[in-house]
Amino acid sequence: MPKYVIVGGSAGAVGAIEAIREVDADGTITVISEEAPPAYSRPMIGEFLSVDASMRKLAYRSEGFWQQNRVETIVRKKAVGVDLAGRCVKLDGGEKVYFERLLIASGSRPVIVKVKGIEKDGVFTFTTLADASILKERIARSRRAVVVGGGLIGVYAADALSDLGVETTIVELRERILSLLLDQVASEIVKTRIQEKGVDVITGHSVQQILGKQDDESEVGAVVLDDGRVIACDIVVMAVGVRPRIELVQGTGINVNVGIVVDRFMRTNMPDVYACGDAAEAYDFILNDNRVLPQWPTAYEGGRIAGYNMAGKEVQYPGGTLMSALKYFDVPVAAAGLTDPRGDDRCEVLSSLDPLTSTYKKVVVKDDKVVGFILVNDIEKAGILFYLMSKGVNIAGFKEKLVSNTFGLISLPAKIRNRMLEESFRG
Amino acid sequence: MTASHREAVTMKKIIFREEVCMGCGLCEVHCLVQHSRSKDTIKAYRREDPKPLSRIRLEVDRPTTSVVQCQNCKDPPCVMACLSGAMHKDIDSGLVVHDADRCGGCLTCVIVCPFGAIKPDYSIRRIVAKCDMCQDTGIPSCVSNCPNEALVYVEAG
Repeated sequence: MPKYVIVGGSAGAVGAIEAIREVDADGTITVISEEAPPAYSRPMIGEFLSVDASMRKLAYRSEGFWQQNRVETIVRKKAVGVDLAGRCVKLDGGEKVYFERLLIASGSRPVIVKVKGIEKDGVFTFTTLADASILKERIARSRRAVVVGGGLIGVYAADALSDLGVETTIVELRERILSLLLDQVASEIVKTRIQEKGVDVITGHSVQQILGKQDDESEVGAVVLDDGRVIACDIVVMAVGVRPRIELVQGTGINVNVGIVVDRFMRTNMPDVYACGDAAEAYDFILNDNRVLPQWPTAYEGGRIAGYNMAGKEVQYPGGTLMSALKYFDVPVAAAGLTDPRGDDRCEVLSSLDPLTSTYKKVVVKDDKVVGFILVNDIEKAGILFYLMSKGVNIAGFKEKLVSNTFGLISLPAKIRNRMLEESFRG
Repeated sequence: MTASHREAVTMKKIIFREEVCMGCGLCEVHCLVQHSRSKDTIKAYRREDPKPLSRIRLEVDRPTTSVVQCQNCKDPPCVMACLSGAMHKDIDSGLVVHDADRCGGCLTCVIVCPFGAIKPDYSIRRIVAKCDMCQDTGIPSCVSNCPNEALVYVEAG
């Protein structure tokens, strides 16, 4: 019986394997993945699409990763159920994989809005390499695309499509794009840049129907918006968000809210069963509560924590929070935590905007601690703010420097700087 | 021998001595030139495209001056967060190594580096740049050209 079984073969699994092998060199590890190895980086599929990035570039770990870590891989198989009493995972072919400790790192899947015409040929999602591959084939004979959703995935897809010369329109239901991450000002800067690059951005509207082509009803020909507008297109990319893949554990007694609920050790409520990544609902240190955070680094870190604890080394998850760096359409953006605290009057907002260069800095402070920030166009110091935020450093003494142009490590008291140097050395 | 033990034996580090830094900024100049194609100051600053970048940053808040570059953290957040696997910790040298060929330029390392020591490269390359301790030259250029020995290169064991 394999000691460790991991469902999923992406960031969470890689983190778990690396942590397990730091602690336990011998315990057998089995990974069940719908995709075939090697482990590639999902956030880089746009590079595959636009600049034809090679597998070497897309690879998240070396080709020999599984072998080096002595991982048995069961690929192109789907885990369809968990039998906790029998301590096994059931696969779609009827096989059973027995475990001593189980990690569910099954990820998320894109939400498909069930509008009329959704079944037509030419509707794509954009989260896996397989998605990018079939989209790439299609682009060869396509001129126009509509991206449904102006979140991270939608804007990323639009960036890649427009790089390839496809005439692209983003349709976002909310009043602004990247609304979960950015405030009005930052969102507007990015939107202006996107439009300068020739991509149409329509906000406050939704796609109601997908029409076929005149000569072939089964192929995407146009979309109809809620105000009746018709936008001709050959491709529709659905990018309205992702949902945790939790079907596997439903009915097992494993506690599920939006995602699989885990504690600070990435344990579910059931003994020997752990979860991480997009499928999990884990601790957010800004919210001081659990939430689903579908972000690659969060999945990797959660996987690591799960791996340590599965292998018997007790390590507490410090928690993650919303955080993203963007480079879409060549506008560098870094944002994390609570970025738009309207309605929370205990928060104080510090900001500066240089309209000439569209350089925007915003720091959200609560109880003398950084709880969120947005930087646009000058993001080099983002990590210093992220450090202050994640360590809960009291910034009362240098608050006014946080959004100044000269903000740097030097803006922090020597005591804090020295502590940081020491921490970096000790780990 | 464990990895961390080995690291302690062999790792070298650039140490900054704030009390003798004059804030001249020559570390930035020499870093940039060292990482240029021409290795010539004038050409590096004025002619090269894409522009080479300094991987060390002088910060000034008079009377204090300071320089910041990669500290090669023991548990590097940039390695943990890297979306592409381009950033990794070399066990033998203890250095955090950035493989530009595998870098997707996602800038996630920039947002998690506590020192702000990773530089977004806004040129067409769309990647990041960081201190590599001048692995080709033996002694880091910022250290060998610091006129007041505010930067020193030492065994960190």
